[in-house]
Amino acid sequence: MSLLKSLCRSPSAIIGGVLLILVLLMAALAGWLYPNDPLALAGRPLQAPFSNPRFLFGTDSVGRDIIAQLFYGARTSLLVGITATAVAIVIGVLVGSIAGFYGGWVDTALMRVTEAFQTVPNFILLLMLVVIFGSKIATLVVVIGIVSWTAPARLTRAEFLTLRNREFVQACRVIGMPDWRIIFREILPNALPPVIVYASVVMAFSILLESALAFLGLSDPNVASWGNLIADGRRVLRSSWHVATLPGIAILLTVLSISLIGQGLNDAMNPRLRRK
Amino acid sequence: MRIFRLALNRLAVSIPCMGIILLGLFLMLQLAPGDAVDALMGQMGSNDVALAEQLRQQYGLGGGVTTRLAIYVWNTLHLDLGYSVAYNQPVLNVILQRLPVTMLLMISALSFAFAAGTAVGIIAARHVNKWPDTLISTLGLIFYAAPSFWFGLMGILVFAVWLNWLPSGGLEDLGAGYTGIGRVLDIAGHLILPTITLALIYFAIYLRVMRASMLEVMTLDFIRTARAKGLREGAVLTRHALRNALLPMVTILGLQAGAMLGGAVVVESVFSLPGLGRLAHEAVQQRDLNMLLGIVFMSALLVIAINFIVDILYARIDPRIDFNG
Amino acid sequence: MSELLSIEGLKVRLPRHADRGYAVHDLTLRLDENEILCVVGESGSGKSVMASSILGLLPPEVKVEAGRIGFEGTDLLRLPPHALRSIRGAGIGMIFQDPMTALNPLHRVGNQIAETFRVHTKLSSQEIQAKVLELLEQMQLPDPAAAARAYPHELSGGQRQRAMIAMALALEPRILIADEPTTALDVTTQAQILALIRDLQRRNRMGVLFITHDFGVVAEIGTRIAVMRHGVLVEEGPAATVLTAPQQTYTRELIAAVPSLQPPERKQLAPVGQAALSIVKVNKTYRARGREVAALKDVTLALPRGSTLGIVGESGSGKSTLARCIVRLLTTDTGAIEVDGADITQMTRHEWRSHARRVQMVFQDPYASLNPRRKVGELVAQGPLMYGAKTSEVMPRVRELFGLVGLDPAAIDRYPHEFSGGQRQRIGLARALALDPDILVADEPVSALDVSVQAQVLALLAKLKEQLGLSMVFITHDLRVAAQICDRVAIMQRGEVVEEGEASDVLVSPKHPYSQALLAAVPGRNWQTSGY
Repeated sequence: MSLLKSLCRSPSAIIGGVLLILVLLMAALAGWLYPNDPLALAGRPLQAPFSNPRFLFGTDSVGRDIIAQLFYGARTSLLVGITATAVAIVIGVLVGSIAGFYGGWVDTALMRVTEAFQTVPNFILLLMLVVIFGSKIATLVVVIGIVSWTAPARLTRAEFLTLRNREFVQACRVIGMPDWRIIFREILPNALPPVIVYASVVMAFSILLESALAFLGLSDPNVASWGNLIADGRRVLRSSWHVATLPGIAILLTVLSISLIGQGLNDAMNPRLRRK
Repeated sequence: MRIFRLALNRLAVSIPCMGIILLGLFLMLQLAPGDAVDALMGQMGSNDVALAEQLRQQYGLGGGVTTRLAIYVWNTLHLDLGYSVAYNQPVLNVILQRLPVTMLLMISALSFAFAAGTAVGIIAARHVNKWPDTLISTLGLIFYAAPSFWFGLMGILVFAVWLNWLPSGGLEDLGAGYTGIGRVLDIAGHLILPTITLALIYFAIYLRVMRASMLEVMTLDFIRTARAKGLREGAVLTRHALRNALLPMVTILGLQAGAMLGGAVVVESVFSLPGLGRLAHEAVQQRDLNMLLGIVFMSALLVIAINFIVDILYARIDPRIDFNG
Repeated sequence: MSELLSIEGLKVRLPRHADRGYAVHDLTLRLDENEILCVVGESGSGKSVMASSILGLLPPEVKVEAGRIGFEGTDLLRLPPHALRSIRGAGIGMIFQDPMTALNPLHRVGNQIAETFRVHTKLSSQEIQAKVLELLEQMQLPDPAAAARAYPHELSGGQRQRAMIAMALALEPRILIADEPTTALDVTTQAQILALIRDLQRRNRMGVLFITHDFGVVAEIGTRIAVMRHGVLVEEGPAATVLTAPQQTYTRELIAAVPSLQPPERKQLAPVGQAALSIVKVNKTYRARGREVAALKDVTLALPRGSTLGIVGESGSGKSTLARCIVRLLTTDTGAIEVDGADITQMTRHEWRSHARRVQMVFQDPYASLNPRRKVGELVAQGPLMYGAKTSEVMPRVRELFGLVGLDPAAIDRYPHEFSGGQRQRIGLARALALDPDILVADEPVSALDVSVQAQVLALLAKLKEQLGLSMVFITHDLRVAAQICDRVAIMQRGEVVEEGEASDVLVSPKHPYSQALLAAVPGRNWQTSGY
């Protein structure tokens, strides 16, 4: 595809791609490299990195292997990122396309609901939903998606509002095409590019949201998560700062890679801005 | 006059929004396992069903769904947000005690993010694709990707633990007994790290938006007209490009304020600040749903107020907005 | 006549990915005092690039490679930035095409004009304010004080352009460069602005470099003409000579492509049976937050079978609204629209579906009317497929249609961006014809095309109409185009039909004052008929 070719020319996309592949490898190879349960006690607590050949990055305050948690944590973050983003995008695109296409009271009603969701700060809304629905990882994924759908909805709606009056859409009406077909087969393929670029932002935020929840002790304790590690590391910050620092770098690199790819996608889809 | 009509319009629009939020909050109440009375009974260690029923009647928790909804909406609009068992005070009082700290933090962070983001974004746009731009954009990306709580911890590690330049947490040094200017400076010192931590991701966003906005505006026709009149480049930038480029920045100001309230939860927890954010965290840990709902409601009110101010500000800058929106 | 501006051997390079290497290639041209030099060309001729390079206003990717532009003894291309800046606005003024985007929307108009004074003079703010008001009065603005206080969006298109001219002429420059200044304006407004420019030029004895694509405008105000094509100067000379006896083939073709205002001889068709389309007392009002705009007021028209009805009007006349009501993209409030006797305004969606194929539409914008993500063959086939035809039956028909509109049938597998504007209009035409309609509604189908391409598409439309026995409703703002192709013409103003009749009557001796004003406003209207 020409899109892939233009992506390969974008330096940000390449760097992002390389980083993301590293993270994906971490997630994929976790079970093979560290076959034991990463949350099981493995050795003496708070060993420094590179001090014990068995634990490359040392151990945390309970005695669990840090590098194993890092590798398994990659799975959690990627899983949460992808699934929550999927939930947010599906809801957002549905709401946005219907509101943007039909306008009138449908648009007004849907926009009021969107505004209501946007008015409550999404982390606080997240906290409330976690209290009510619990923090198992499956629930978390849906709940994070629920607090993130408003921006894709706005974006989709804006695209639909523009495209709805384009002459090629009017031409479809004139030949008698039914509405649903116009929305999904004619307008949507043209409206999706900016939404797809934005999906990278949603994914980045989903990962940050999950790790923030974990840091506050509200994520699934039975799952290896980078945020959980940082929370643990906070308690021993003065003495064993490696426990908190390393998982943070992992989050940073993952979110960075996703953002870079998103930026590369944006540049590739907007050739006019690429030269800027 | 135009501004006044716009203000009324915005207020009118906020009402259905608030209505939906209240409805949603009420729904959450119904979905929560157990209610306030159960929590109370749990605290008292009693199992008496008859007492429970009596208490329910007393707190207006009996009756059908519509009556309960009506009571809930009525109470909330009168700012009767219920009673917090954990703090032994009405929810509203606790919230109002914690509000000033959060507001202080947010205003500092927002101002810093906006001002720094604007300035740095302009620099990046002026030297687009050369090394200052690449450096700035890369830094921006890193600040954007770093989780705020981790950055806060690293900040504490470097500046409080290793360098001992800044305090590691809390709002002020209570033991030292500062007053007046001394106290102000003490609080300011305590707020430096939290402000920067909270502001970081929004600084990165503003930087990117300002840069993109400047680049976009510089391609518009009226810039060419300004040059055709013989203006110096600097004048073209400040008198024509800047004001137009700030428009998108002001637009997202309202959005960012809301998100920042959420970010405050984490930052206040990291730095042990006695604010609204940390209150939310405590409410979650104690499963104090009343408190949490109260915080949600107050946050929504705050966001509506901030958005209102921002909209008025925007209308003052852009004469094309009329009261039809 | 003394020479004001001398362009010698100008070469302007385009960035790598552009469709041609040079925007302007080895151009030599001069502008004298007290004349209006019209530089004419189609899109891609390089005329705008040439104009922008004089004051150094080219976009960053477009670079001047060679040449000299002499003004007052210096070479503008080699001046240091501060020297060039002192000439901009003071020695040479420039106005642009779209006054809406050329003015800063956030600053008041008076302020923007005052800026020219502030940059180049040391006058006090009171003196500047007085001068601004004086200028706006010279520009014949009805309320100069109100205009000065207004923001650009609060003025009309014509008023904005007058403000722009005021801004450019504030310091009485010796040269005015006008880059298509009337293209975005209505015909009547255009006539006023052209008269204004001509007046100002005479009064100040300026040299005006006027860029345009419209030969009518050239005939109206040009003293000398230069024709450009693909960045090269094709012909140059006094207006009278070039317009009546062009030397170069390209110039001759270009001039021949401009439709004449005189309608050609037409055989008078006796109306055959029932009218194909009957519009009876149609009303449509838009209501938005307390404001009411009547888009259509009691419109009554008839389209005789087999003929072409032109609907002519300026912006806001309601012609596009009417077109969209005929194909039911918009609904009417009251009145009837009868297609072959059946009133389509009363039909349910289901009933309309079977009727829809009788009335099809060709759109204005060749770039927005085709879905960029679909192959053009699919786009044309969509209609018949929607009505239940099988793909195996439809595709041969699509190839046939492509041949009919003059395109290569093998091109059905390509995407819209691979075609030129004129070719895309042909695709739009094929799409409209795919459903075998009786009535074709053409909404400004050639307005966005270059004049030579326009002539081809109009010829195609006329040929197809004859061949397929179509009845056509042709919406346009261009009276020349209406004269060429329409049998009957209806003139609309603010939602009402003010005059209607045979083209040869309405366009030669109109009776309604508005029709007369419209006809009088056509630039260069006497050029092709009674000689220049």
